[in-house]
Amino acid sequence: MDMIDVQHLTKWYGPVLAVDDISFRVRQGRVMGFLGPNGAGKSTTLKIITCFLPASAGTVTVNGLDVLSDSLAVRRQIGYMPESVPLYPEMRVREYLTFRASLRDIPARQRAVCRQCWLTAPEDMTRRRLGELSRGYKQRVGLAEVLLHNPPVLVLDEPTIGLDPAQIRAMRELVRELGREHTVILSSHILAEVEQTCDDIIIIAGGRLVADGTPAELRRRVVGPSRVLTEIHGAAPEAIAQAVRALPGVQNVQASPHNAWTRLDVQGAGETDPREGIFHLAKDQGWALRELRRATGSLEDFFVQITYEQSMRQDREAG
Amino acid sequence: MKKMLSIARREMAGYVYSPLAYVVGALFLCVCGFKFAPPPAFWAGSREAFILVPHQQASLRPLFEMMGLAMTVAAPLLTMRLLSDEVRSGTIETLLTAPVTDTQIILGKFLGVLGFYLMLLVGTLVFLVGMLLFATPDMGVAAMGYLGMILLGSAFLAVGVFASTLTRYQLLSAVVAIGILSIFALLMGAVSAHTAEPWNEIAANLNAMTYLKHFARGLFDSRGLVFFLALTGGFLFLSVKMLESRRWR
Repeated sequence: MDMIDVQHLTKWYGPVLAVDDISFRVRQGRVMGFLGPNGAGKSTTLKIITCFLPASAGTVTVNGLDVLSDSLAVRRQIGYMPESVPLYPEMRVREYLTFRASLRDIPARQRAVCRQCWLTAPEDMTRRRLGELSRGYKQRVGLAEVLLHNPPVLVLDEPTIGLDPAQIRAMRELVRELGREHTVILSSHILAEVEQTCDDIIIIAGGRLVADGTPAELRRRVVGPSRVLTEIHGAAPEAIAQAVRALPGVQNVQASPHNAWTRLDVQGAGETDPREGIFHLAKDQGWALRELRRATGSLEDFFVQITYEQSMRQDREAG
Repeated sequence: MKKMLSIARREMAGYVYSPLAYVVGALFLCVCGFKFAPPPAFWAGSREAFILVPHQQASLRPLFEMMGLAMTVAAPLLTMRLLSDEVRSGTIETLLTAPVTDTQIILGKFLGVLGFYLMLLVGTLVFLVGMLLFATPDMGVAAMGYLGMILLGSAFLAVGVFASTLTRYQLLSAVVAIGILSIFALLMGAVSAHTAEPWNEIAANLNAMTYLKHFARGLFDSRGLVFFLALTGGFLFLSVKMLESRRWR
C-alpha cells in the first residue's frame, strides 16, 4: 500500500523553479531516503508533504488524504522534524513536550511524554531549557516530539546533520528501528548514511528526479554487476591483460602498471564471477597474486556523477 | 479551544520569561506614574493634564489618558515577537505542521498577550491603592476607566498581532504597529481639529483617544465599545488571513 503518493509535484518560489515535476511513491513500512546536493529541492518537497508549503502544481496524498483538502487530517498522521530542529529557547524540555502533546490532542493521562523522555535521558535533562541544550540533545528532543503521537508517517529533514559520529550511528539505528512500524522519509546529502538506513533511495538534483531504486539496484547501475580488481606480478602488463581477457565471462580488462605489479580492472559479463578463473590462471602461469577482490564501488561516485550531469544539463538549457 | 488555550498559556509563559516584557511593563508603569507628579512651575498647559493639582479635586482621568497613550508604544513592543520570532527562528514550521488551525494560532497568541496585558493593568492598581490611602477616588470612574483600558488594549494588541504576521523582523513589525496605532491615537485627533465637514466628523469617529476619554470620565460609551471590538475583530481577522496566505502564496 502506498503511504505517500507524490505525482507531478512542481514548486515555484516566485520565478525560481525549486521542484520540477517529481513523482514517487513510498510504500507502508519502508524507509525512504531522499538524496540530493544542497539546494536540490529536498526540503521543499518535504515541506509540501507536511502541509507547510503549498505545491504550485501536482498532487500529494498521505495515507490516501490530500495535503490541500485534508490538511488537518494529514498533519495528524505525520511527525515532522524540520532541518536544524527549531525549538523555543526559553522553554524547558518537559514543558515543550507537554505543549506539543496538547497541540496534538493527546489527553494528559495518556501522554507519552514521560515514556518518550528516555530519548532525553538522563532524567535531569527534562528540566533544562531548550536554548542551553547541545545540538545532539536538541535533536533528541525533536525526535521525542515527533514520536509523541506515534504517527504512521515520519518525515525527518537532515536528521543527522550536526551530530558527532557516535550520535550519527545512534540516530541511524533509531531510524532503522522506527522503520519497522512507521513509514519514514528522511533527507540527506550524505550517501553513505542513506545507503545504510534506507530501503529505497530517491536522488534528486536541480529539482528533478534523477534516479530511484533500492541501494543494491543503484549500486548495480554504477559498478556494473560484476567487476573485479586484481594485482598480478610475473609477466608484462600486456601479456597478463591478454591472458585474463581470454578467460570465459570476461568482457573488458584495463591494465595499469603499479611498480613491478600490474593492476587489472576486470569487467565481467552479467552475473559471472571471474575471480576463480583469474586465480587458476595465475597458479598455472606461476604468477604472484596479491590482490583479488570484487569492486564494491560506493554510490558516492554515481551520486557525484549524476548530480554533475544534471547541473551541466541545466547550464546548457540556461545558456 | 483547548489547543488555543495551550498556545495562549505558552505565550504568557514566554512573557514571564522574557526580560523585554518586564522592561516594557516597568516603563509603562513609570510613564503613567509621572502623572502623579505635581505640575512643574513652568507648566503652562491645561491643569487637567495632572492628577494632583494644588487646590483642585484629584481626578483619575489624566491617568487613563496617559495609559492609553503609553499603550501606543507598549502594545507593539509586546506583540512584535508573537509571529515574527516564530518565522525567524523557524519554529513556525513545527507550529503550522501540527494539527492546529490558523485561527487557533492567532487567537491563542492574542489571548496570550492579552493575558500579560491584564497582568500589567493589575499592576497599575497600585496607583488606585495609593490614592485610596489619601482620598476617596470615584470608583465608578475607576471601573469605567479600566473597562475602557481593557477594550483599548485588546484593540491595540490586535493591531500588533497583525503587524507581527507581516514580517520576520521584530523591530519592523513594532514600527509598523506603532505607525498604525498612531493613526488611531494621534493622527485622527489632529485631522478632526484641522479639517472641515465631513472629514472632521469621520476622523473624530476613528479617534481611539476620544472614546477612551469618555470611559475615563466614567461614562459607558457604547460607540467606543463597538469601535474597539470592531478594531480587535478586524485586525485579528486580517492576521488569520495573512497567516493563511502563506498556504497559497
